[in-house]
This record gives sequence, C-alpha cells and structure tokens, in this order.
Amino acid sequence: MPHRWGMSVDLDRCTGCEACVVACHAENNIPTVGPDEAARGRAKHWMRVERYWEGEFPDVRLKFRPVLCQQCESAPCEPVCPTYASSHTSEGLNAQIYNRCIGTRYCANACPYNVRFFNFYNPVWEKPLDLQLNPDVSIREQGVMEKCTFCIQRINAGKIDAHANGREVQDGDIRPACVQSCTANALVFGDLNDPESAVSRLSRSPRGSKLLEELGTQPKVTYLERETWQESEGTRRG
Amino acid sequence: MADRVASDLLRPVFQTTGRFYVLIAVLSGIVLCGLGAWGYQIYYGFGVTGYNWPVYWAFHETNFVFWIGISHAGTLISAILRLVNATWRRPVTRCAEVITAFALMIGAMFPLIHLGRPWLAFFLIPYPSERGIWPNYRSPLVWDFFAINTYLLSSVLFLALPMIPDFALIRDRATGWRRKIYKALSLGWQGTPRQWHRLESAMHIMALVILPIAVSVHTIVSFDFSMAVVPMWHSTIFGPYFVAGAIFSGIAALIVVMALLRKALHLESYLLPLHFQNLGKLLLLMSLLWGYFVFSERLTTWYGNSPHEMSVFWSTQTGAYSPLFWTMVLCNFVIPFPLLAIRRLRSITTAVVASCCVVTGMWLERFLIIVPSLARKSTSYSWGSYTPEWPEIVIMIASFATMALLYALVSKLVPIISIWELKTGEHPRLKAPASVPEAEAAGEIL
Repeated sequence: MPHRWGMSVDLDRCTGCEACVVACHAENNIPTVGPDEAARGRAKHWMRVERYWEGEFPDVRLKFRPVLCQQCESAPCEPVCPTYASSHTSEGLNAQIYNRCIGTRYCANACPYNVRFFNFYNPVWEKPLDLQLNPDVSIREQGVMEKCTFCIQRINAGKIDAHANGREVQDGDIRPACVQSCTANALVFGDLNDPESAVSRLSRSPRGSKLLEELGTQPKVTYLERETWQESEGTRRG
Repeated sequence: MADRVASDLLRPVFQTTGRFYVLIAVLSGIVLCGLGAWGYQIYYGFGVTGYNWPVYWAFHETNFVFWIGISHAGTLISAILRLVNATWRRPVTRCAEVITAFALMIGAMFPLIHLGRPWLAFFLIPYPSERGIWPNYRSPLVWDFFAINTYLLSSVLFLALPMIPDFALIRDRATGWRRKIYKALSLGWQGTPRQWHRLESAMHIMALVILPIAVSVHTIVSFDFSMAVVPMWHSTIFGPYFVAGAIFSGIAALIVVMALLRKALHLESYLLPLHFQNLGKLLLLMSLLWGYFVFSERLTTWYGNSPHEMSVFWSTQTGAYSPLFWTMVLCNFVIPFPLLAIRRLRSITTAVVASCCVVTGMWLERFLIIVPSLARKSTSYSWGSYTPEWPEIVIMIASFATMALLYALVSKLVPIISIWELKTGEHPRLKAPASVPEAEAAGEIL
C-alpha cells in the first residue's frame, strides 16, 4: 500500500516558540531576507506560527497556530499551474517542481492558506551561513515558487534506509525538521494509510478539525484543539 | 468626388511632415523606457516591483486584462456593424480593427512580462518533448494562451483582408520601392468581379467566425480569476461581466482614437458627428449594462453575507480601496451616463470626455477585481496590501505609448479609412447619410 503522508498539529500543546520555523529554514535552505524586505512582504516561511489574541484586554487569551502547506488531497494550486510545476505525487504530496516553474504565481493566488512563496530575488546567505546549507535540498532561483515539502528529502532518506535494512518504514522513522524540533511534541508526522500510526490516531480525535475545511480542499494536516477553532469577532491578529 | 476621397485619405501615406518624426521619436523613447524597465525587472528580479506576499498579481495582470478588453473594440463592433449592414460603419471599421490587432499584441505581452522566468515561456507551447511533458490543459492560463493566439490570428486576418484593394490602389499610384512593396501586399489584386465576390464572401465568413472567438476570449480571461476559490473571484457572473466590460472599454477607446485621428489627419469630412453620436449610443448602452452587472455582483455578495467575501467587499466599498471603487463608479456611470443620454449635450467633445472617463474607470475596475481579493484572502493572518513601484508604472505608460506608436506607423502604411468601402458607399443606391437629420430620415440612426 502506498504511503499517504500527513501531520497533526496540537494547538493545545503549541507554545509558539517558533523552533519549527527556525528548523525549517535551516533544513530547507530558505534564505532570510532582512527586516526591510520582510516588512514589504517578501519573507519566506514555509512554516509560520500565526498569533491571535482572543477577547479584550485585560481578559485576553493568546493562541498560536502553526501553518504550513496543508498538502491538500484536492489542492487548488495544482490544476491552475500551466506547466505541471505544481503537481500531485503518488504519496499524496503537493510537489513543486522548481525546474518546471515559470513563475506565473497562479498557484499562490489559488492557495487559500497563502503557504506558497515566490523568490523575488536570487537567494543570498550572509557568511558564514552559506556553509550550513543542506546538500540534500536544491536552492531555488529568482522567479520560482516554493513551499513546504513535508521534508521530502527526509522521507526519501527514510524509505531508502528502511529498504537497505530489509524492512518496511516504521511509524516515527521519518520526522520532518519541524516535527523533530518541536519541544512540546505538538507536531506529529506519519503515514495516514497506516491506521495504527500516531498521526492516524490523532487525526481521528474528536478534537481534530481542518483549516478552512468548508472549501473542500481535503487537507492532510489536522489541527487538534479543545474547542473548535473559530475566528470570532474578538479574534484579532497581533 | 471619388478621386478627392482617394487623395484625401492617401495623403498621410505619401506625405510625411517633420512633426510626425518628432512624434515617432518621443513615442519610441517611451517604449524603450518600458523595455528598459522590463529588462531591469528580469535582471534584478521581481523584487524591484511592488509585488509581495500575498498580492502576487497586480499591475501587470491589470494591464493584461485592460488591453485584451480594449481589443474588443474593433473586431466585435466592426463585425456586428458589417453583419447588420449598417452603412455608417464604413469610415469606422478599419480604425476599430487596427485597435484590436495592436491592443491584442500589447495585451499578449503582459503574460510574458508577469512571469518570474519569462525565458521559459515556451513551456506553454505544446511541442513534442522527449520526456513527454505537455502543458497542463486544466490550467486557465493555457486556455488563455490558445484563446489569445486564435483571436490574434483571426483579427489580423480580419484586418488584412479588406486592406487588399487599398494596397492595390497605393500600388497603382506609387513609384519605386514603395510600388514593389505594395505590389507584394496587394496579392495580385486586379479588381475583377470574381475577386470582389471572393473578398466579400471572405469578409462575411470572417465576421461570423470572429464574433464567437471574441466572446470566448474575454470569457476565458475572466476564468483566470473565477476558477480560483478566492473571495469575490469565484463567481459565475464573471464571463458575461468581463465581455460586457471589454466591449465597453473598447468602444470608449475607439471614440478617443477616432477623435485624435480626426484632428491629426484632418478627417473632419469623413469622421462625422454622426459616427460619434452612434458610437456614443452604443457606449451608453454598455454603460447601463456594466452598471447592471456591477449592481448584481455587489448585491448578491452583500446579501449572501459570506464572511470571506464580505471582508473583500467592505475593503472596496468603505475600506482602503473605496476611493478607487467610487472613482470607478463615477467614471463608468455617473459622468458618461448624462453626457451620452441627454440629447442637448451630445457632441464630439462630450463623447470624447465620456470615453476618457470610461477608459480610466475600466482600468480601475480590473485593478479592483484583482488586488483587493488577493490582499484579503480567507485567513486574516495573511492579509496584505499593494503599492506599485516605478518599474510596473513605467511599463504601463510604455504600453500606452506602444499603442500610439504602432497606430502612428500604420497610418503611414495604409489609409486609416477604408477607401474602397467608402467608395462603395458613394453609389447612389448605397449612399450613406452624411448628417444626423439625413440619417434619421433614412432610419440609419441606431
């Protein structure tokens, strides 16, 4: 049976420490753009932690929501790409083929989660950060879209490793950078086709919901929360 | 009489003043600035523009839709007027068809300009590659590619066919190298009844074919937006709304161009108040239709009260984009409606004023469709905004200069009013009315 990779994000555990964001940048060779460009909306965070305040001061509650590519089963980004740069893999991932991307940015417009990022310039790393680039991940040139891959290089390495040892991939063998670095164990990754995997069990939890579920994109990321997330009147960005 | 027509209309082809060269130099300079800005954007990256996350489409896409819209002036109007055999159309058709061809060429540049890696644009062409990769036929951008190319090809044909007899006329009057060029262009035209018959049939077929093509092109342009689940984009009204808007802006552009030609080439006795009045009435009709579409779109969104859509809705009605929205309503409806509707106010000047308003308003309409929706997509954390930087502004100005430059050049190559069609109209039985009262008597007023 082919794998179907998915993730669960436990909002009740998330502390908003953003270790996942840092790990993602390091693992996937995502350059930082500096404060000025970031203020102009050019920052690239494949994983971001959204911060929301609920209620009015002093009776406020702080909420964090890590948002990454939801790896939709019915992904709005895929059919709109004129060159198949954005396409579905056999394991259910929304792949982005950098060599095929001509930079129409249509996928990013179609994506309701805004988790696709455009390379406005060629990437640069201040020395000595250029020495810590991950050799397993290609660098994207200007004019190309990029997004969370569920650390596909780690998935492939895990599969090769299991094959070399003559066994199947076990639950927990493969951990994307964000999952590995999550101190609160809020992020869990695994195979949704394995009904006994941790991520499958968590995805069936009554606390679970999908982001913008009403759009019918069938995300493979499940958010767990005591109360269903609702953007009520009192919720504001901060 | 017929000879006077020919010599009047051929004068720009054979005589060129110094002022013309100055005009060409100025326009070419602006066009070069635009090309320079595009080169700058390619070399340094899209970061030099105001584009950002999440507003990934803005000025370039606005200009794309705007110019493709303008291109609906010509072909559609000229085809309809030919099919219903409106005799007053004769001096108008070629002006209109030239707009179509050039506006399409300019519009078709913007999908290239907006690419992150324009040197790979050939990926859209379905060429046989050894890895068997084809363009994605599910993508509206690929539909665009085919629709625009089809429309460009057919509108160039539609423009070139009725030029053949006029090329032959220039051939007969020219000498030297000019005679050689026009001999080649006139494709052996001798004016035999057989040739006339074939030309008429070909024009009739093209007029019939080009109408559905024109409608489909702007519908497909609207699909670029309505196919995506983006608030205020995902709407069934977009197809007809875009087609109506395209014809609306196209007629306005045609009126402006005709008024400029009338002054510049001294065509006062050919482009008459009657023509502006009739086109003005068409513009009035389209203004009403546009108002109706906007009202329907806005009312259903407001009544439906879906939270994602309402945040975009209010940003255009009362929020950051409201000054642009209400300017658009002013330009597309409030100003042109009385100017075109009240009989006492009808004149060439008012028609031109109304048309300039409509061209501005329709540019704003496209901007207001694209940007506010992207700036306020479904999750409020990732809302944003957009301010243009100089490269996209320069490129936009250059696109207008390109239109003027191409138009100026083509007025030197062919008579901008079709001489043979005008002469056909001189036949007593087919004589076109020369003034408004005469036309009214003949039942020729729309």
